[in-house]
Amino acid sequence: MASASPGYSALYAERTLITPEGVDLRLKLATAGQRAGAFMLDFMLLVFILVVFTIAVIWAGIGTLGSGSVDGMEIVGVIWLLGFFLLRNFYFIAFEIGRRSATLGKRVMGLRVVARDGGRLTADAVIARNMMREIEVFLPLAFLSGGEGVDGVIALIGLVWAGLFLFFPLFNKDRLRAGDIIAGTWVVHAPRRKLAIDLASAQSENAAAFIFTDEQLDAYGEYELQTLENVLRSGNIETEQNVAATIRGKIGWNWNAEENDRAFLSAYYAALSTRLERRMLFGNRRLDKFDTGKEQS
Amino acid sequence: MESLPNQAVFSSSTFRAEREADWYRLEELLQRAEGGSVKRLSDDDLLELPVLYRSSLSALSVARATSLDMALIAYLEGLCTRAYFFVYGVRTSFGQRAMSFFAEDWPVAVRGLWRETLIAIALMLAGTLAAYLLVSNDPNWFHAIIPSELAGDRGPDATTEALRATLYDNGEENPLGVFATYLFTHNSQVSIFAFALGFAFGVPTALLMVYNGAILGAMIALFTGNGLGFELGGWLLIHGSTELFAIALAGAAGLHIGAKIMFPGMQTRLAAARGAGRMAATAMVGVIIMLMFAGLLEGFGRQLITDDWTRYAIAALMITVWCTYFYIPRLGHGER
Repeated sequence: MASASPGYSALYAERTLITPEGVDLRLKLATAGQRAGAFMLDFMLLVFILVVFTIAVIWAGIGTLGSGSVDGMEIVGVIWLLGFFLLRNFYFIAFEIGRRSATLGKRVMGLRVVARDGGRLTADAVIARNMMREIEVFLPLAFLSGGEGVDGVIALIGLVWAGLFLFFPLFNKDRLRAGDIIAGTWVVHAPRRKLAIDLASAQSENAAAFIFTDEQLDAYGEYELQTLENVLRSGNIETEQNVAATIRGKIGWNWNAEENDRAFLSAYYAALSTRLERRMLFGNRRLDKFDTGKEQS
Repeated sequence: MESLPNQAVFSSSTFRAEREADWYRLEELLQRAEGGSVKRLSDDDLLELPVLYRSSLSALSVARATSLDMALIAYLEGLCTRAYFFVYGVRTSFGQRAMSFFAEDWPVAVRGLWRETLIAIALMLAGTLAAYLLVSNDPNWFHAIIPSELAGDRGPDATTEALRATLYDNGEENPLGVFATYLFTHNSQVSIFAFALGFAFGVPTALLMVYNGAILGAMIALFTGNGLGFELGGWLLIHGSTELFAIALAGAAGLHIGAKIMFPGMQTRLAAARGAGRMAATAMVGVIIMLMFAGLLEGFGRQLITDDWTRYAIAALMITVWCTYFYIPRLGHGER
């Protein structure tokens, strides 16, 4: 595909996943920032659940204390220990084994875990990648809190060593963390999108007021079209004014003061996309305004 | 071109208008399927889903070739990706998965780790022997090896009677359930740690194994020095036959990962790491199950059973059961 896609894929590294039907899904790898954000969300959620859980358990413990039985306290203690253990080790695993292959934090960030070979994500892979968190998260945390029974310098060396595991995703182009490596997975950005309105047909009743000549439409290519698409979809009035003024200047549009900027841009977008898509159908693409078509022929 | 009738002109707008309904339908089905169980979908829905998926996929191909609407292509890519993972994800129930884990995956994974298991046991034995010799020669080593919270009343200064009491104390004052649960969660955490450390080329895992053995060796030296060797054996092995075996397996899982990352053989390093990691993870689930048994035996069995021979009998029974389950060859898939 043309590199002309200012809005979406420029931000992400694309990876090929060819379905059995022979179509490349072009998975977008999640950025390090999204990964970190998702983890922070999950971590805060875990701490929150743990605090609520502990308060509930203490409350239940006080309740059993009144009845004076030791068994009640014992059950409460067992529940807390098991609950803590399960939360710490199986929160991530339980969510990622599920159908959406994503923890709550990942869902918020629009991420999901995918097997690198494109096959199904098996339970052993999910378990492997999440048990690795023990050295990626809890080991640095342990050293950060001073380490157990080791003095400052050793703890510092330990922290640097443990930091290697924590920051592993920054050192490779696929943003794999240690767990991803041994599980054969990666994390992709695949948010649930709503189908946006079709800009080219939405404003067609206004189109009669705007007739563009071929020369005026030839001023721009696909890159500019998609930039214009982003401008129209984000709907910032100031930007629209600027862009409309630029385009009018470029194509020599004689405009009157009552003309609505957005209506003008929509009409120009519709006309330009029709023209460029028509050219595309005939194998004659125009990537951007500098593309004269000479190198292609 | 304005003179042509609208239907005759291919445009991405008409293309989209014709198919939009299908996409929304697919999106709605996926929403329901991902939200809960597959049972929320009727048979008709389940038959319809792959068809809608394939038509959306072909729409994606067409859109990429004919449309310049980036939002449309991004939407279709997202929709097709979701549908792909639903259609090609295998939907086994939890019961089926558990069945195949116990019947096949777990023993196969443990068998696959046999070489590393032997190494882990050897490392533990080396640690045991070293600590035994050290503490036998100079009892002061005991405190250097065993952290004070683990040592409790035990120590070179303790009398034989006090040591004997630690072996047969039936722990009436502390609740057994909490004790057993604590042992289980603590040991599981340590074994998961041993597994994860395998990523650092297995070296820290090996050290952890040696250290584990050293604790054992120091204890043995202390108790045999007071003529309580046989009694200590019963006290340790009733749960230890399961627990130490489980820890050796966790160490083996870590060592396996480390070894495969260092020496990938004919595979690429990433492929070797992936294969090792998945097999080791399966074994680790088994380790956690074993430690659950060990926790119960240690928390309840050891405190309630104070007869040495019964303790030894249980220890022998457990190790026989585990070894039979893991290592007795059985018919594979094709031979059944």
